[in-house]
Amino acid sequence: MHDMSAHAAQHGAPTSFIRKHIFSLDHKVIGKQYYDLALVAVLIGMVLSWIMRLHLGWASLAIPGLHLLSKTGAPGDVMTPEYYLQLMTMHGTIMVFFVLTTAPFAAFGNFFLPIQAGAEDMPFPHFNMMSFWVTFTGFIVLVASFFVSDGPTLGGWTQYAPLSAAGPVGGPGEGWGVVLWAASIAFFCVGQLFGSLNFITTTLDMRCKGMSLLRLPLSAWGWFITSVMGLTAFAVLMPACILLILDHVAGTSFFVPGGLVVNDQVLPHQGGSTLLWQHLFWFFGHPEVYIAIVPGMGIVSHVLITNMRRPMLSHRVIIYSMAALAVLSYMVYGHHMFVSGMNPVSSLAFSFPTLVITIPSAIIVLIWLGSLYGSKLRINSASLFALGFISMFISGGISGFFLAQPSIDIMVHATYFVVGHFHLVMGVAAMFGIFAGTYFWFPKMFGRMMNETLGKIHFWCSFVGAYAIFMPFHYLGIAGNVRRYQAFVDDYLIPLIPVHKFITVAALFTGAVQLIFVYNLIYSRFKGPKAPNDNPWEGTSLEWSTATPPPHNNFGDKMPVVYHDPYQYSVEGASADYIMQTSPEPVHSPDEEK
Amino acid sequence: MAKLVAVTIVVIAILSAIPIITHTWPGNISVGLPQDISTHGYLIDEQYADTMIEAGVSFLASQLLLAYFIWRFSSYKPGDKIKKFPGGATGLVVAAFLLVGTEVLALGVFGTKAWGSVYFTPPSPNAMAVQAQAGQFAFYFRYPGPDGTFGPIHPNLVSEASANFFGLDTTNDPDSKDDIVTAEMAIPVNREIHLLMHSKDMGHSFYVPELRIQQDFVPGLDVSVHFTATKIGKYEIVCTQLCGLGHYNMKAYLEVMSQEDFDKWLKQQAALQ
Repeated sequence: MHDMSAHAAQHGAPTSFIRKHIFSLDHKVIGKQYYDLALVAVLIGMVLSWIMRLHLGWASLAIPGLHLLSKTGAPGDVMTPEYYLQLMTMHGTIMVFFVLTTAPFAAFGNFFLPIQAGAEDMPFPHFNMMSFWVTFTGFIVLVASFFVSDGPTLGGWTQYAPLSAAGPVGGPGEGWGVVLWAASIAFFCVGQLFGSLNFITTTLDMRCKGMSLLRLPLSAWGWFITSVMGLTAFAVLMPACILLILDHVAGTSFFVPGGLVVNDQVLPHQGGSTLLWQHLFWFFGHPEVYIAIVPGMGIVSHVLITNMRRPMLSHRVIIYSMAALAVLSYMVYGHHMFVSGMNPVSSLAFSFPTLVITIPSAIIVLIWLGSLYGSKLRINSASLFALGFISMFISGGISGFFLAQPSIDIMVHATYFVVGHFHLVMGVAAMFGIFAGTYFWFPKMFGRMMNETLGKIHFWCSFVGAYAIFMPFHYLGIAGNVRRYQAFVDDYLIPLIPVHKFITVAALFTGAVQLIFVYNLIYSRFKGPKAPNDNPWEGTSLEWSTATPPPHNNFGDKMPVVYHDPYQYSVEGASADYIMQTSPEPVHSPDEEK
Repeated sequence: MAKLVAVTIVVIAILSAIPIITHTWPGNISVGLPQDISTHGYLIDEQYADTMIEAGVSFLASQLLLAYFIWRFSSYKPGDKIKKFPGGATGLVVAAFLLVGTEVLALGVFGTKAWGSVYFTPPSPNAMAVQAQAGQFAFYFRYPGPDGTFGPIHPNLVSEASANFFGLDTTNDPDSKDDIVTAEMAIPVNREIHLLMHSKDMGHSFYVPELRIQQDFVPGLDVSVHFTATKIGKYEIVCTQLCGLGHYNMKAYLEVMSQEDFDKWLKQQAALQ
């Protein structure tokens, strides 16, 4: 268990500014860097969504200053059809990769996984540093596509071929825009592969004395399971992106078949397969959904337990269910392709695991609900967002019943029903997990407290606002409203435009509310009241037994020794409401699973 | 705050359910499934209705339970003891397997019938063949003419300028001579249609909500679907696969006609070739 700790200990505390804050080997600094990257990314992604929503509600509306972003994309500040698609693609890509993957997994996981495992650092600190900087490079490459001659790619975050692979003939952004997109994602994959390797080895080899695997908190389990998914999923997407780049720059035809005609010219490709891209992309893409949400499940469980003053009804069942989600996530990806022209028998083969995956999801939800029963629930910003996560996960998960069935998918595939489903289940729910983690761990990360009143206002407005945006998406989808349209010109879609206007107002409101969070986050980081002690929430896991903020090697001179399961709350006969993992006080709890 | 959140969850759960039950958004906007004009659509609609009942009950029950637990267990006295949920984790896991497992198994098995009605039954031998071609950003349709055979497509002959949308060689291919190419799709009512789908350039899709059909055009791979329309009327065919800047505007009309009207229409179209 300790054989790799010598590697991690090799780097002493940094002394120069560059080594301390920029090219840092410290997992905590790297975690903060990932968090800050996600914050910048989410602000860009959110502003893009505001612009898109304004355009969808009022298609001819001039948005003051939009021409500054692109003269050709928004002449007279009114968006062109292609520019809508370009911004939509950037919104999806930024949010899925650089927010929903980086914040809950890479940011919090980097900061807290080694601490919760009782390690001094990750085993490969240089790889860890590279993980962030390669990811950062990927982000810069993606944003750079705004500034190439015809702008970013318009092909959506899924980049289906042959639109993505045929080159500039496909439309604006389908030349350099796609190459930069694919390069960015390939960089991102490399960064996450480095990160996943570190997470896995930290969990398996770096745990302190007494920290058996089952004594790891559920948040650590969430990151560990996610890193296993990351290792396999990103390893498939990266070569797919390289092949896509080759189709552009080397004249290959991996994803473009022969005989295609654009502008009366036969494209110089032959022998490629458009479905090959879809298989490769979704083999990554569906595990990605769980890469975004499983860390949130772990974080929410951890936050809730601390605020319910009790362990979950079963620690192991949550772990096994998260692991089952990870395994099944590779068997379900074909449900994105029911109407793609794939063999219809395959659709049924992918449909059953997609339905079955609702069972571990339902088990986790029922364990959360059953654990809330009879608890002593403390209400604060962190626990509210954790409870909101459960509500959003239920709402977004249940619509999966429809999309898992190929026969119903015929009706709602590629409609706003799908957009509502995945925004609730992997967008809003995952964001709520990030918020819960932020309000909960902020004192440990920065040594200061966030403002609770602002946090509660932020929660309530975000909760109501998110439902006001994404529930109507489902109704639109049922009525056949196709997604990825920049305007609704079809006879049967025109009557639905008032619903879009309502959604736009709700989106602007909900987006504005996030500025309260940003203010609270930045103000509290520098001016917030100092954390009253090292354990303001009366938690039990190792992050609460070390200094605030933790020292360079996490635990100072003495490495921790663990005596208990992670969540010893409300233990009968104990001297306090909780017993920390490092406390040698004996526990005779019926909840402690052997 | 806990009670406010609990009430908020209840209100949101109820408000969310209303448009599903009434199929209406304020302002009398219809947000239900469009009318069904196909012979197979009732199977999809039944499957949808069954799923909606199961999903709706699960949604309301779990949200209301969450709200009640937040309301109830956020109020406690310092001396209160933690209570265990009756049946514990084992009971909940068994419940999940039994309730959700049965639910998804039932949906999966019954759903097979609806899916099979579209994809596992071959078109009948007397189904009328129509070819649809999708290209940036228009659909074109081709009828085989009196010989009942489609002439071959030559990509190098495709020319928008000379309106040779399919790349037909009417000089050398005898099968192409009588092919009828149109920008609108017309079909006779209550007659099975075998739709042969060909993409000229990118990925596109053929979606007619009323027909309960959505199928992608796959470049390099010709696919087909078959269906029977049961109601005379004019409907929209829209593209649902992102195909470029004009994707939102890529549409055509589907006219379902009486056999007599269809025969007349086809004759007129043949005269225009």
